[in-house]
Amino acid sequence: MQNIESESTSHKNLTNPQTWVVKYADYLFSYAVSKINDEEFARDLVQETFLAALERLDKFEGHSTEKTWLTAILKYKIIDIYRKNASKIPKQADKMDSEYGQDTFFNKDDGHWNEQHRPEEMGIEQPDALISKEFTQVLQKCMSKLPALWHAVFTMKHMDEEETPVICRELKISPSNFWVIIHRTKVNLRECLEKNWV
Amino acid sequence: MEMNESEIREIAYNCRKATFLIEKQQIASITLREKLELKIHLAGCSICKTFMQQSFLINKMVHQMAHSSNRSDLKLTLHFKEELQVMISDRLNRS
Repeated sequence: MQNIESESTSHKNLTNPQTWVVKYADYLFSYAVSKINDEEFARDLVQETFLAALERLDKFEGHSTEKTWLTAILKYKIIDIYRKNASKIPKQADKMDSEYGQDTFFNKDDGHWNEQHRPEEMGIEQPDALISKEFTQVLQKCMSKLPALWHAVFTMKHMDEEETPVICRELKISPSNFWVIIHRTKVNLRECLEKNWV
Repeated sequence: MEMNESEIREIAYNCRKATFLIEKQQIASITLREKLELKIHLAGCSICKTFMQQSFLINKMVHQMAHSSNRSDLKLTLHFKEELQVMISDRLNRS
């Protein structure tokens, strides 16, 4: 009996859920906001993360810190959102040409920039250029306008620094599709920045 | 590595390919040949050079955004935290 009891309560020595809110709630919240840029949604995610963690308390073996463990749960939830958003519009990858066609950016025959899409200097080209808060806000706005799948690919790669095969697997895209999306996203984002940065 | 004239002409004028390589290079490695192609293209294309500088900057900004998660101004409300605390206690008592 003694054994069974100590096994079922073993997590209590490793983690104390009663202290989670004080210790990690704000951290998890700001982590989520930095990934999804939606405070209300981020709040729900913190709650869901705690709930999920409570349900698998027995799986926590103390190999990682509580913080790492909770963050990993949250991170998986965020990837799940990316995936759901990306799959809302079926076969989006196939529609890329018609809807967000690159063809308008580059000449179909020789691949040269079409005149109205040629990048112009914005005064931020020096490697040590200062990035203002306003500029970051414009970029965030531009990112939020991206098609869901592109947004998911771009965020997972450049913000979460996820491995490419992981992104392809989670979002169910081929490696070549991945590269096409990475390229098109940047061309779009760059133009959006130039248009909205005055 | 040698390239014939038509190959050089092709890459020299292909901004779509050059910008693709610029993006790929920031994430994965590109082949020696691709590196050479990109170098040739950038030597003659100031537009793509501008694109590249801006692309680097965008990645830098996004990286900063991702690592600004320790923003101290971003906090949950006390009320919400209390709710969380109640929820956790409830669940613990139930099990």
